[in-house]
Amino acid sequence: MRADEDPIEPLRQAIADLGKRARAAGSGVGGSIGPKGLRNYLIGGLVVLFLFTGFYQVAADEVAVVQRFGKFARIAGPGPHFRLPFGVETIIRVPDKRQLKMEFGFETVRAGAQSEFRTTEESKKESLMLTGDLNVAVVEWIVQYRIKDPYKYLFHLRNVSGTFRDMTESTMREVVGDHSVDEVLTIGREAIALQTREELQKLCDLYGNGIEIQQLVLQDVNPPDEVKPAFNEVNQAIQEKERAINEALADYNSAVPQAKGQAEQQVRAAEGYSLERVNVAEGDAKRFEAVYEEYRKAPQVTRRRLYLETLGRVLERAGNKVIVDQQARGILPLLQIDSLTSLSKEKK
Amino acid sequence: MSPRFINNLVRVAILVVLAASSMYTLGETEQAVLTVFGKPAGDAVNTPGLHFKIPFIQVVNRFDKRWMEFDGDPNQIPTRDKKYLWIEAYARWRISDPLRFYQAVQDERGAQSRLDDIVDGETRNAVASFDVIELVRSSNRAFEVTEELEAVEEGTEKATKVETGRSKIAAVILAKAAAITPQFGVELVDVRFKRISYVESVQAKVFERMISERKRIAEKSRSEGAGRAAEIRGQKERDLLAASSEGYKKAQLLKGAADAKATSIFARAYEKDADFYAFLKSLDTLEKTIDAKSVLVLSTESELLKYLKGAGGK
Repeated sequence: MRADEDPIEPLRQAIADLGKRARAAGSGVGGSIGPKGLRNYLIGGLVVLFLFTGFYQVAADEVAVVQRFGKFARIAGPGPHFRLPFGVETIIRVPDKRQLKMEFGFETVRAGAQSEFRTTEESKKESLMLTGDLNVAVVEWIVQYRIKDPYKYLFHLRNVSGTFRDMTESTMREVVGDHSVDEVLTIGREAIALQTREELQKLCDLYGNGIEIQQLVLQDVNPPDEVKPAFNEVNQAIQEKERAINEALADYNSAVPQAKGQAEQQVRAAEGYSLERVNVAEGDAKRFEAVYEEYRKAPQVTRRRLYLETLGRVLERAGNKVIVDQQARGILPLLQIDSLTSLSKEKK
Repeated sequence: MSPRFINNLVRVAILVVLAASSMYTLGETEQAVLTVFGKPAGDAVNTPGLHFKIPFIQVVNRFDKRWMEFDGDPNQIPTRDKKYLWIEAYARWRISDPLRFYQAVQDERGAQSRLDDIVDGETRNAVASFDVIELVRSSNRAFEVTEELEAVEEGTEKATKVETGRSKIAAVILAKAAAITPQFGVELVDVRFKRISYVESVQAKVFERMISERKRIAEKSRSEGAGRAAEIRGQKERDLLAASSEGYKKAQLLKGAADAKATSIFARAYEKDADFYAFLKSLDTLEKTIDAKSVLVLSTESELLKYLKGAGGK
């Protein structure tokens, strides 16, 4: 900042003048070593003080708010700077680029890969809140924020961070108070975080504390310890319900497709039967028709021929044949009863 | 050291003291009231920077310009529906009229104690004239409900209509209290409920209610599961019978149709000569029924032998 360096010149002049005058005064006294040494020490001391109170350094993640005689003068960014020395200009450093974090309902004891947390009496009170259906939930959350306006942050509120805590707690409770315990615990988490963030930002703007909310994240959200078992029971019951349904479905799936397959099998078999039946009928009919064609030409002859042919084939096959003469009445035909009966016995 | 040097030194010292006494600085967060022997002199000063005053006589009384904290006394307060709540309110205030502030309450401690009376009193009044639900909720938005948890819906207090709501009740307290505070030079800028919780005895009852509510949901869920399972099993029986009977029906239909067709084919063929058909069928049957174990008794009069007989007899 070039403007900062302007005040150096007049001051340097003033100090030089002071030195001259002191020297002049010293020589006036009579050139004794005492006052002269004192003078030199005085000048040396002033220069050191000047340097110490005039120069300052601002780190990369902060800015310095400069006040002249208490009145806000300017904001200095990172780097080396000069200010009016001897307390004329004072600075307050504000880490405006750092992301700041506040925890509610718990405290990080040691951050790391495996962070350690603890809950104190106070944080328990912080996290226990009423829900819109007049139940109680334990809500833990964090807020990440940044100082957007160092001037407002420093000068508009006393105890900014304490106030910010109060504001955040109040807002969270108001939002949770408008949601049911089930929403708080399950489906409404994101909506609650979002709404709280928005409302909190509005409140910050209203209070003019120069803070910009970057993130508001719900951490552990639980029912109070006293009712936790009952909540777990619900989860268990839901699991049981799923299991009962799944088992029934498995049962269904193991039986019904098989039955459908069997029905299909029955149908296919019937189709086979139908084909066979019709084919046989058609075949038989065709055969009959063919034979009939021949028969029509000479019915008597054919009829006899067919009869005799058939009988011939049959006789050939039959095991016993008995021929009885019509004329030989009263004469017992020569039946081989024994062999016939033995034959029929064998058959059995 | 010469007397002249000491003289000069004394002069400088007097000048410095005089200058220091006639100047003062105010920070960005400060405002001041000048007093002469305890009596305010002139208007309050509220611009930051270097200021001048009459040395020695005027005294600077500094006051903070920022918004300041006020925490209400955490307190048990009964609501209109006779439930005890633990209420913690907070407020923010600022010294808007330093002169009056200085005259009325002297300092912040005095102001805090006045605020205690006013804000706590108004909080008590407001809480006592509303039901719990009004203090907890801010709107009438309908809760989202997951399927499993529908059981809670029935018969809970959420059907109550919220007419005022938490933030508006806080606004009422603010409006009433802020009307009083200018009397002592204070502007009350905000009042809010920081925490509203049940007192322990009420909380125990609430926990009991929550537990029974959850048990109800759990029971409902279990019985729903059993119900659905039974339904599925019933469906299984139904589908099994449907499948097998459907198969039987289709099979019978197919067979019937085939039989009918076969019959008609036969009929069409055989009606040409029913007698010849009967003859052929008889032959067929004869051929099929006679095997090696059959005994054939033939008369010489039979068609087969009658020719032989005639031939032998001649």
